[in-house]
Amino acid sequence: MDLLELERQGRNIRRGILLATHEAGSGHPGGSLSCTDILTVLYFHEMNINPEYPDMQGRDRFVMSKGHGAPALYCVLAERGYYDKSEVLTLRKLNSKFQGHPDHKLVPGVETSTGSLGQGFSASIGMALADRIDGNSARTYVLLGDGELQEGLVWESAMAAGHYGLDNLTVIIDFNGLQIDGKNEDVMTVTPIDKKFEAFGFNVISIDGHNLKEIIDGLNESKNVLGKPTCIIAKTVKGKGVSFMENQAGWHGKAPNDRELEKALSEVGGEW
Amino acid sequence: MAETMATRQAYGKVLLELGETYGNLVVLDGDLSKSTMTYDFSKEYPKRFFNMGIAEQNLYGTSAGLALSGKIVCASTFAIFATGRAFEIIRNSIGYTGANVKICATHAGITVGEDGASHQTFEDIALMRTIPGMVVVNPSDGNSTMELMRQVCAYKGPCYVRLGRAKVPMIYENTEDIKLGKGNTVREGDDLAVIATGIMVNEAIIAHNILKEEGVSLRVIDMHTIKPLDEELVLKAAKETKGIITAEEHSIIGGLGSCVSQVLSEKYPVRMGFVGQQDTFGESGKPEELKEKYHMQAQDIVGEALRLLK
Repeated sequence: MDLLELERQGRNIRRGILLATHEAGSGHPGGSLSCTDILTVLYFHEMNINPEYPDMQGRDRFVMSKGHGAPALYCVLAERGYYDKSEVLTLRKLNSKFQGHPDHKLVPGVETSTGSLGQGFSASIGMALADRIDGNSARTYVLLGDGELQEGLVWESAMAAGHYGLDNLTVIIDFNGLQIDGKNEDVMTVTPIDKKFEAFGFNVISIDGHNLKEIIDGLNESKNVLGKPTCIIAKTVKGKGVSFMENQAGWHGKAPNDRELEKALSEVGGEW
Repeated sequence: MAETMATRQAYGKVLLELGETYGNLVVLDGDLSKSTMTYDFSKEYPKRFFNMGIAEQNLYGTSAGLALSGKIVCASTFAIFATGRAFEIIRNSIGYTGANVKICATHAGITVGEDGASHQTFEDIALMRTIPGMVVVNPSDGNSTMELMRQVCAYKGPCYVRLGRAKVPMIYENTEDIKLGKGNTVREGDDLAVIATGIMVNEAIIAHNILKEEGVSLRVIDMHTIKPLDEELVLKAAKETKGIITAEEHSIIGGLGSCVSQVLSEKYPVRMGFVGQQDTFGESGKPEELKEKYHMQAQDIVGEALRLLK
C-alpha cells in the first residue's frame, strides 16, 4: 500500500467537500471531513469495486448511513472515477443528481438512499444477508455517525447483525463526539460504544480514524473474524483538516463563505 | 355456506408456490409467523426466511437491503406495526429507493377482534397510498389474494398488501379476470354502485341481495387495487348509476372513499355515501359484533343506498 498516495487522495477529497459545500451555500462539511480518511481507505485500498460497472456482481458495498456525509461520499466516488469531479459542484442545486442526502437512483456507486438516520445500517443487514444467501464472499461496510447511535433502529439492526453472526459486515462508527446541538454527552450520552456493541455480539476494534495505517489494519482484522460482525470505533475530529472547523459543532451543517473557503483550501491543499 | 378462508391463510398458501416460482423470493417476519402465516414458508425454505424479531423498523430496513441486492422480499407483520411503527422506514428505505419489497401486512381493521383498539388499524391504506410509487392492494377473499400475490410478485417495485385475520367467504371461483390495477364488477346493477374493498366486498354482495328484494339494483365493484385506482371503472359506475357508495374496513378519512371522491369531484361529481370506520378507535369484541357496532356491515351499505335514493 502507498500511504502517501492515500494521503494525496484524501486531500483531494477534502478540497472537493469544501468546494462543493461552498458552491451549494449549505451542507455538512464537519461530518464529511471527519470521515474522509475512512472513505479514502475503503474506496482506494479496501473494497472490491469497479467504477466502470457500479453494479458489478459480487462487489463489496459501502453504505453511508450517516447520509449527511453525502459530500464526502460524492467526492470519494468522483475521485475514484465513477463520474467527473466537476459534476459534484452541482451539489444541492435544482436538477442535480447530487442531492443533499444520497439518492441511489441518481448517483452511480451509491448503494441505497440515506439521510434518515439508522436506515442505512438496517439496509446493510439485508445486503449482508443477500450475499450470504448467494454464497458471495463480498463484504458490506456501513458508516454510522456517533449521534446516529441515538436512533432506536441502530440497536434493532445491531441485534440482528449479532443474531445472524454477520461476519461479512463491518460497521464503522465515525466517533467525532459532536452532533447538531453540541457534544453527544450533553445531548444524549452514547458511550460506552464498545461495550454496547460487544454486548450485541460484535467484535469491536478501536482506532484513530485519521491514521491511515490504523484504518487499514482495522479493516483487515474485521475480515478475519469469523462468526460475528465487526464494529470499528474510529475516533475522529469533526471538521478534520481545517483548523477553524475542527471540533466545532457549529460546522455540522454550515457551508464556508468565500473568505473561509480560501483559508480552508490553503490548509487542506489537494486538487479538484 | 360458501367456502371460507382468511386472506392471511391464502397468503401463507401462495407463498409456498411463489417460493418455487422465484428462487430469489425471500420472506421476513417479525415474530408473528404463525399469525401472518409465513410459518410454512419458513419450514419449506429455511435459507430464504429470516425472523427479525419484534423490531419492525429493522424488519423493513433489512427488507430494503435484500431487495436492493436483487431479492423479491415479502415482509410480514401486523398492519398496525408495519405501516404505523415502520412508516418512515417504508417511506425512505423502500418507497424512495423503489426497492422491490412487498409489505404483506395482516390483521388489518376491526376484524382483528378481541385484541382491541391498539391492534386494529384504520389508517394503513391512507399512510401507504401517500408514498409515491407504492401500489396498494386489499384483496377480498382467499382466491383473489393468491392471484393478486402472484401479480404483486411479478411486478417490480414496492407494494402494500393488506390482509385480514378473520375468515371470509370465497367470492371468486375463477380468478382469470383479476388484474392488479383493475377493479372487478362482481354484481351488476344500475340504480346505485358500491365500490368496496377487502372484507367489505362480501358485505356489499349481501347488501346487493337485500336491496334486490326491495327492487333496487346495486352494482358491486371489488376495488382490490386502491392504488393505482381504476378510475375508468369508477367513472363508468358514476355515469351509469344514481350514486356511489364506498365501503371499506378502514377510516373514511384517507382510504378508498377519499380516493374515489377525489376522482369523482374532479371529473364527474355525483352523490356519495361512505361506509367505514368513523374517525374513532375500535375496541375488544368478536369481529361480527364489532362490524355491527362500528357500522361496517351490509345493513350500513343498505342504509346509505336508501339515503342516496331519497
